Formats: sequence, structure tokens, C-alpha cells
Amino acid sequence: MATALYASRRRRNRIAQGLTIVATVFGLGWLVLILGDLLWQGFSGLSLEVFTAMTPPPGSNGGLLNPIFGSLVLTVIAVAIGSPLGVLAGTYMAEYGRYDRLTSVVRFINDILLSAPSIVIGLFIYEVMVVPMGHFSGIAGSVALAVLVIPVVVRTTEDMLLLVPNTLREAASALGMPRAVVITRVAYRAARAGMVTGVLLAVARISGETAPLLFTALNNQFWSLNLNAPMASLPTVIFQFALSPYKEWQQLAWTGALIITFTVLALSVVARTLAAPSKIT
Amino acid sequence: MKPVGRRTVADVALQDQLIGSPAKPRMSVMDRLRLGDAVFHALTRAASIMVLVILGGVMIALVQGALPAFETFGLSFFYEQHWNPVTDKFGALAPIYGTIVTSLIAMVIAVPVGLLIAMFLTELCPLWLRRPIGIAIELLAGIPSIIYGIWGLFVFAPFLQSYVQPALIETFSYVPGLSSLFAGPPYGIGVLTSGLILAIMVLPFIASISRDVFAAVPPVLKEAAYGLGCTTWEVVRNVVLPFTRVGVVGGIMLGLGRALGETMAVTFVIGNAHRISSSILAPGTTISATIANEFTEATGDLYTSSLIALGFILFIITFIVLACARYLLLRLEQRIGA
Repeated sequence: MATALYASRRRRNRIAQGLTIVATVFGLGWLVLILGDLLWQGFSGLSLEVFTAMTPPPGSNGGLLNPIFGSLVLTVIAVAIGSPLGVLAGTYMAEYGRYDRLTSVVRFINDILLSAPSIVIGLFIYEVMVVPMGHFSGIAGSVALAVLVIPVVVRTTEDMLLLVPNTLREAASALGMPRAVVITRVAYRAARAGMVTGVLLAVARISGETAPLLFTALNNQFWSLNLNAPMASLPTVIFQFALSPYKEWQQLAWTGALIITFTVLALSVVARTLAAPSKIT
Repeated sequence: MKPVGRRTVADVALQDQLIGSPAKPRMSVMDRLRLGDAVFHALTRAASIMVLVILGGVMIALVQGALPAFETFGLSFFYEQHWNPVTDKFGALAPIYGTIVTSLIAMVIAVPVGLLIAMFLTELCPLWLRRPIGIAIELLAGIPSIIYGIWGLFVFAPFLQSYVQPALIETFSYVPGLSSLFAGPPYGIGVLTSGLILAIMVLPFIASISRDVFAAVPPVLKEAAYGLGCTTWEVVRNVVLPFTRVGVVGGIMLGLGRALGETMAVTFVIGNAHRISSSILAPGTTISATIANEFTEATGDLYTSSLIALGFILFIITFIVLACARYLLLRLEQRIGA
């Protein structure tokens, strides 16, 4: 009797352990499959022309120069707007207002914004920028992306500043430095690597974002430097080209997808090696 | 000049500005520093209030944009199914239904698999493998959703169409009750495909949060159970899961929030058909896919407003789900901290 019970417990344990291994292989299999297909399909279209030519009209060859450039511009502006604001807000939460009620409210709301659907952010910017301006524009796209940057940077800045030992702050204060100097000269320096990680993670997050750009920056088939006009970006071009019936466009979509994925993966690997793994969920 | 007697910053910080100067300029330097501090304080405070303003702004902008649709259709917007831009009649039922069904399919697959992965990583995996697998799962979480979309459209959907869906239709065609669920021609794209893609996308989130939550169980509890002779499975089932239940549910809801709001991956493979079909193999639509597909082509104020109303509904649903998730995770944190 006892041995039968023992055997059944052991059997059940074996099954559970086997299932966990199957699940892990199943989960990681997708990564291999997706990256493999991406390399397979995207690599064949990778050539110098992709980086030097404009997006082609249907049925002819071309490149992705204007969307690549557009994506870079949109991302840089978004980070330039979003990360200072995020750093300041994170600073308040970790330094001045660490035990404030405001801080816990902001932390809660920020965590919700962190995983809020990005398409809703696109609608928001459409309402507050595109409608009053009367047309789609690159700057509206940048602001939409900046709204996505802020929560990521707030979260990492706060987390990283909280990791700075208080003895450092106390030592600086004992030397007579005011709070602002303690924060900018001591705390920021101690947390610098982690804060840079936050910005990199934010860049990784927005560089693949499509939904908020669809009705803010829209798209542009041509070379455009005008921030006040619609601007091309890699994700929206991939969206348009992949759903088109033209072979050349679909090939460019795959190549663009390959470029984006490896940019994002490279960014997150750099971010992770730069600092101890932070908990961004 | 401010009174000299009050508590001020000490000399050391001011040394460079103070060499050979009497008290008067020293006070002005201190005032400048104090002013700088006050300005910085106000700036950071304003920035953190801005986070709240953004959320409020999103709410207000969406309500304002959605108002014409809600005024025209009233409550029927929520339960009417037709979506007809020609006659200007809009009802949100089909997208709401699609959003819920695709998320449900995703969760049914991703939750057990994610929990099993978390169990593997915390209880069974050899130490040297933990970090690589953890990183791989986080990479999977970092792949942009549009990549899942293009992959789903060109690779996954054709695969399902030619191998999986015919088999499903064949198998379930004689099972009463389930036959209508798997009826119709195998399109490849459709509700089931979207649900599966969402499952792949949500899986890493659930796995990595559950792993973090499992890892927070005090080792003493597990060691006690092992000491009594429990098997690994029994330890997970009777010690780890009960202890971390709140956090696991929080992690699952966080994943659900992602699945509900996910746009691009779904847009590629759902087929954008505004009808509710009993078969999960049929094309459908979700809230986010409808907005992404139709917004820029929407002509007429009522059409645009209806789409914004859809966005508002999506935002409210995800807000509630995410708020619950954060609240539950917070509770677990407090319990472990206590």
C-alpha cells in the first residue's frame, strides 16, 4: 500500500518535471523559429541599396533609406523630450518625495502607463496634436513616442536611485551640499549606468512601435526632413509593405523587420550588460 | 539680507566661491544654492505630477473624441453588432467580442506554459542554464509586435492553414457542441491564429513575472517541505503556489492587459471582419485591430468618433485589468517585505 502511494507520487512528480521541460522547450522554440525565419527571409533582401535608396513605387526595386532616417529622427526627438522628463519625475520619487503620498500614486499610475496599449496613446496624441494642427506630422509622432518613453525612464530612474546607498547621500549632506547638489553630483553619478540602461530600454521599446505612429506621423513615400509634415518610419512602412500584394514590397518589409529586430535585440543586450538586470515588466 | 542665524549649508561646499571673501557674498552664494535647490525640487515635483496629467489627458481626450458616438448611439453602441460606415451605423460588439476571445485563447495557452517554465527555472534548471534561458525569454518579450505580425502573416498562418486547421476541422466535425467551434474553411488567418500569436507574445511576460515571484518564496519554507519528503511537484503545488498566489494572479493579469491591448500582431492575422462567428477559425476583429485598420481611412466625424469610442472602451478595460494586476503584485511585495 505504502509503496503504491510512493510510486504514484513519484510518477506524478516525473510527469510534472517532464512537462516543465517540454514547456520550456516549447517557449524557447518560438524564439528560434521567429529569428530563424526572420534571418532566412530578411537576409536575402539585404543589400547596400536598402540603406541608400528610397522606398520604391509598387513593382520596382528600392530601399528603405527614408523610413530608416525617419525612424532615427522620431526616436531621437522622442528620447530628447521623454527622458529628461522621466528622469526628473523618477528623481522626485526616489529623492525629494520618497515617503510622499504623491509618490505612491505616481508609481501606481506610471506602472499602468508602462503597459497601457500604445494605440490608445496614438489616439490621445491624434486628439491633442493632429486635430488642432489640422494635419499629420513627424513632431506628433515624436510626442506620441515620448509618452511611451516616459514611464520606462521613470521606473528605471526611481529603481536605480533607490539602490544608491543612503550613506553616500548622508556623507554629501554632511559636507554641506544642498539636496539638489547631492542628487546631481552624487546620486546621479552612482546610478548613472542604471539610468542609461533605462533610456536604452526605452529606445528599444519605441523603435519597434507602430500603432502610435499610424495616425500621428502617418507615413511618407518620399524623403522629408520637415517635422511639420508626415514622416516615414520603418514600422509603418513594414506594415504597409507587408500587407501589399507586391513581391518587392513584401521583401523590403522582411528586410526592414530584420533591421528593427536586430537593432532592438542589440539595444537590450547592451542595456543588460551595462547594468545589473533591472526589473522592467 | 536673510537672517544669519538659521540653519545653512556649511562652508565646505562653498570653498571655491569663498576664498578670501567676507560674510556678505557668502550669504548670497548660499541663497543661490538654496534657490537652485528649490527650483530643482519644484521641477522634479512638476515632472512627477505630469505623469498623472498624462493619464488624465488620455482619459479626457478620449472621452471628448468619443462623445459624438456615445451621444448618437447611446448604450446600444455596446451591444449592437453592425459596423457600417456607409449608413453611419456603428456598434462595438464584434470588436469587443473579438478582443475578449483572442485574449482568452492566449491566456488558456500561455498561463499553464508560463507557469511550467517558471517552475522549471526556479526548481529544476541547473544553475548555469538559468541565466541564458532567462535572457532568451526576455529577448522573446523584447521582439516588437510588428515582427510577430509579419511572421504570423507569412509563416504561421499558412502553416496553420495547410496542417493544423484541416486536422482540427476533421477531428471535431463529429463532436457535438465543438463542431461549430471549429467549422468552416481553413482560412489561415482568423481568431484562433490571433489568439495563438498573442499566446506566444504574452508567454514570456507571464513566465518571467512568475519566475520572479516564485524566486521570492523564502527558502526555509521549501526546505521544510523537502525535509518532510515532498517531491518537487508537491513543493510547488502545496508550498510555492499557495504562498505566491496573489503575485501569480497579478502577473497573469499583467499578461492579460498586454494581450487585450496588443495591436500590430493581431491586425496582421485577424482578417478584420466585423462579425461574430461561432467558429474560432473564422476571421474576426478586435478593438485595436479595427482602430489600426480603419482610423486613417475613416471619413466622417461619426466614423472617427466611433473608432475613438472603441479606443476609450479598450483603455477602460485594460486600465481596470492592469490596476488589479499592480494592486495584487503590490500586496505580495508587502507580504514578503513584512
